[in-house]
Amino acid sequence: MAVLKDAPDYQLEVEDVSISFGGIRALNNVSLSVRRGEIYSIIGPNGAGKTTLFNCIGGLYRAQKGSIKFEGKEILGKKPPEIARLGIARAFQNIALFEGMTVLDNLMSARIYHSNYGLLRAAVYLGKCMSEEVRNRDKVEEIIDFLDIQAIRKTLVGSLPYGLQKRVELGRALAMDPKLMLIDEPVSGMNLEETEDMARYLLDINEEMKVTVVLVEHDMGLVMDLSDTVTVLNFGLKIAEGSPKDIAANPEVIRAYLGETDTREEEMV
Amino acid sequence: MGTFKVNYRQDTALFQTLWVKVWLGILVVLLIVSPIFLSRYQISILNEMGIAVIGALGLNLLTGFTGQISLCHGSFLAIGAYTSALLTSKLGIPFWLSFPLSGLMAAALGMIVAVPSLRLKGLYLALGTLAFGFIVEYVIFHWGLTKGDMGMAVRRISIYKFAFRTEKQHFYLITGFAAIAVISAKNIARSKIGRSFVAIRDRDIAAEAMGIPLAKYKVMAFAVSSFYAGVAGCLMAHYQKWIVPGNFDLSVSIAYIAMIIMGGLGTILGSVLGAILITGIPHGIVYLVDIFKESYPGLSGFIVDFKLGLFGLVIVLALLFEPKGLFGIYWRAKIYFKTWPFKY
Ligand SMILES: Nc1ncnc2c1ncn2[C@@H]1O[C@H](COP(=O)(O)OP(=O)(O)OP(=O)(O)O)[C@@H](O)[C@H]1O
Ligand SMILES: [Mg+2]
Repeated sequence: MAVLKDAPDYQLEVEDVSISFGGIRALNNVSLSVRRGEIYSIIGPNGAGKTTLFNCIGGLYRAQKGSIKFEGKEILGKKPPEIARLGIARAFQNIALFEGMTVLDNLMSARIYHSNYGLLRAAVYLGKCMSEEVRNRDKVEEIIDFLDIQAIRKTLVGSLPYGLQKRVELGRALAMDPKLMLIDEPVSGMNLEETEDMARYLLDINEEMKVTVVLVEHDMGLVMDLSDTVTVLNFGLKIAEGSPKDIAANPEVIRAYLGETDTREEEMV
Repeated sequence: MGTFKVNYRQDTALFQTLWVKVWLGILVVLLIVSPIFLSRYQISILNEMGIAVIGALGLNLLTGFTGQISLCHGSFLAIGAYTSALLTSKLGIPFWLSFPLSGLMAAALGMIVAVPSLRLKGLYLALGTLAFGFIVEYVIFHWGLTKGDMGMAVRRISIYKFAFRTEKQHFYLITGFAAIAVISAKNIARSKIGRSFVAIRDRDIAAEAMGIPLAKYKVMAFAVSSFYAGVAGCLMAHYQKWIVPGNFDLSVSIAYIAMIIMGGLGTILGSVLGAILITGIPHGIVYLVDIFKESYPGLSGFIVDFKLGLFGLVIVLALLFEPKGLFGIYWRAKIYFKTWPFKY
């Protein structure tokens, strides 16, 4: 767990965000603040609005009300690529890799903001194009080593087993060199060993690479072990926020969420 | 597992293994000497193929790589052809200038066609491009300068004092341009631009979240694709020395789709193979008809109508039996020989 300074340095501030789909109020005046360098988890039953919140932060959905600030700058209303450029990366719940590409190219494709050459230079593939490609490749290879996926770098991602795809999904987000990562259910559908590996990666990303991690996860063990702060959503409403210990003891949370963990874990698989 | 130093520059090299280099060398030598052994008619087939290769590369970058369906690729060839024909004959602009200008003109109009692609997908986009194709055809038919159905005479290519007259001379020019087109397309494909194209095709939402601006790259894909089509059309016009609207109608767009599907969507090599195959088929048929002409006199008239249907059939069969096209067959063969004599 990251060591936090006393004075709160909020990197991401979500304030009174609401969004509805038809009659469904997916988010209802949700506010939360993520400190720089922490692991911040968002939990809640299926359909609580966790993924929707990520979509609002990342700009894929436009919140109908409220404000979302990243490093003091309003990002609500900005397009996803602009938000990505500011340093927010996303690993999707339902793997959203580029299936027709190799693992290497998936990671390389996330380096778009770290290469500056234009079309003409690409067509001749000389000078700046060549040197930037090599530099980006160096960076991507670091991530490949970190995630221990050297053996599959030239494999098409579509043909990989689920657990590895999840890892590549994480790697692609990491390849953006983000300041903050939105990671949606990184261990869903994984076995124990894969879950432990993933927990290790998340910790290293947070502690060694100094990336703020916002995590959505149903695996309570993982959330309680890793998180500095936990927020609970239920039917689009934030019902609690606090340290993992506080959350585990909160009666409302237990009623809304923890009490029905068993049934949900079956749904997850 | 230990880490070892990899030379990434080498790993991203265009031609990686010695074998590829050897085969490529053989191909280049063959291309250089082949006109000596071939008849004029045979060289003309190669010229047609070379032009088709350039056009097919363009369509594959748009449809195969970026996933944007276009039913008006033929129209961009027309725009390139008529632009260069008009520039050279009406304004006396030399070929070396009208050639890039024809590509740029097509690219500019391609960017306009791209605008609906920012909102439309799949079938709707296909219909949009179809409509654009009809507009282009209408303009060519009714605009005084292009002389409609009567067709337009086009100047022969001359670069400085050298005028291109024979099939052989055209062969070296067209093949040279085709080679440049292949290399530049391959370079674009392996750069961040090619990766962004494929990212948009595979998962546009994830591509956006990774920082890839959809609009910019879709417009770029249309522009690049139309540029290739435009210069292909320009070469075609000056090579044929006569153009009519029928050279660029819907059947041409369909033939190009057949090329990239047959060759392999999303691969450079596939574009080349598909262009060669689809251009070759009608000539193969003519060859067969010649053999059987005595016994079945009505055959040749029937064949002309049959061509378009045949391309349709090729598309359907390729989609059914070999979705990865000739490239897929090549790929499997390569893996087979790599591991031979082992099964896996
Ligand atoms: N694009 C959309 N259109 C309509 N309804 C949507 C859309 N996106 C989300 N919703 C609805 O919003 C609610 C919240 O969904 P969301 O995916 O955010 O839940 P979640 O907390 O991520 O659940 P899970 O744990 O199952 O992933 C659900 O009722 C869902 O049906
Ligand atoms: Mg979700």
